[in-house]
Amino acid sequence: MGGVNMKEISFEKAMEKLEKIVDELEAGDIPLDASLKKYEEGIKLARMCQEKLEKARQKIEVLTKGKDGKFTKKDFEKI
Amino acid sequence: MPVDEKTHVYSVTGLTRDIRFILEDKFPEVWVEGEVSNFRSPSSGHVYFSLKDESSMLKCVMFRSANSRRKFEIEDGMHVLCFGRIGVYDKQGQYQLYAEIIEPQGKGALFVAFEQLKKKLQKEGLFEEERKRATPFLPMRVGVVTSATGAAIRDVLKVARRRFSNMEITICPVKVQGDEARDEIAQAIRDLNEYNRYLIDAGLKENPVDVIIIGRGGGSLEDLWAFNEEAVARAIFASEIPVISAVGHEIDYTISDFVADRRAATPSAAAELVIPEKDELTGRVRAFSDRSETAMKSRLDMAGAKLRSLKESYVLREPVNVVLQLGQQVDDLGRRARIKMAHYVELGESAFAALSGKLEALSPLSVLNRGYSITFRGGRVVKNIKGVKAGDRLLTRLSNGEVSSRVEGTGNGSAEPEE
Repeated sequence: MGGVNMKEISFEKAMEKLEKIVDELEAGDIPLDASLKKYEEGIKLARMCQEKLEKARQKIEVLTKGKDGKFTKKDFEKI
Repeated sequence: MPVDEKTHVYSVTGLTRDIRFILEDKFPEVWVEGEVSNFRSPSSGHVYFSLKDESSMLKCVMFRSANSRRKFEIEDGMHVLCFGRIGVYDKQGQYQLYAEIIEPQGKGALFVAFEQLKKKLQKEGLFEEERKRATPFLPMRVGVVTSATGAAIRDVLKVARRRFSNMEITICPVKVQGDEARDEIAQAIRDLNEYNRYLIDAGLKENPVDVIIIGRGGGSLEDLWAFNEEAVARAIFASEIPVISAVGHEIDYTISDFVADRRAATPSAAAELVIPEKDELTGRVRAFSDRSETAMKSRLDMAGAKLRSLKESYVLREPVNVVLQLGQQVDDLGRRARIKMAHYVELGESAFAALSGKLEALSPLSVLNRGYSITFRGGRVVKNIKGVKAGDRLLTRLSNGEVSSRVEGTGNGSAEPEE
């Protein structure tokens, strides 16, 4: 499997890959330079996962569709 | 009885009309129970059927307006309760029941409707497990279709805030009961799907909705009825975004529950299912980071130790050490050899001298110098007198030459040589 395409991969897939890398590193039976490559990839994945968690900017909005078929969004105000 | 001028003779129309007046007057409102048969549902929207029991039959008609309120399908063999008025259809001379209300007997109309729709949609494959999609592990944006004012939305938002404070939520407010609820709910699901497509087409940076929660709080079967409607079921089935149905009804399922990709007992339960806990996920990522760092460090340590042990190992030590040792041995041996050699040389020299002295002493030449001679007779050395006769020629070697002589005689040392 080649390098990680950061844009496409989902959080869940990234976590799966990361777990696999950690298991492999802990097993310790891959050569040193392969270990270093995997470690690097693991760091990238961990950073990306953390970014995905932080990415959302708390937005609670109401979506309505006008008679003209156009969408409007406004912030939800608790009634 | 013969007819005369006094007899009142009806026309067909007249008699029929009078019959109609009597019947309509007598039966303006009746409830009647019976078994449905000969059910017909032409395109006009009116339905025709008969109610019968063991010995009688009553023709019925239900017009389109009354039919639109009917929730369930009328089927032959059903036992029903009908409310309406008796009327006469003059043209066919037919009396019939104009039914306003029809109810399945024994079970509620809604219940029968539910059973019928469930069977129909199941047959069409709307409930198939294979087509159900998994809801995303980490949603980028959650869509919620529910009332804007009920407890449901409050609960969902509370759960979201607690579990994942920066989760993005898009709400489509709808009626969740009453006649308009069905169409509003179905439309809201379509709208969320349409909005996603619009975001992608317009290339906007906004996150698309990747899971929809539809639902409401608890209530009676009538209250929840919108979620048992075919229009809602079909909108859920057609949704490209996975839908989780959460109609606050602990035990019983609604049609939405069957069609949806997932089902939760309540809207807040649905929120718990689709919204993960941010702290838990952050913790897991960090744990993976820590573990990989630890593993990498220990891997490096292991490599370093291996390198050191290789340096110290017998295998690597051997060549250098052997060389050193051998070198040392060589030096040692060399030293010893030199000592020995010197010694031997010494020995040799003195021995040599001694030997050579001995040798010299033993050398025939030095013997000859001392006066000894060697005598030859016929080329052979004469060692004793045996075989020697007078007259034999002898050759005697002395230190500085030879003397040839003739034997005069032999004896055994008593005779003295003459001068």
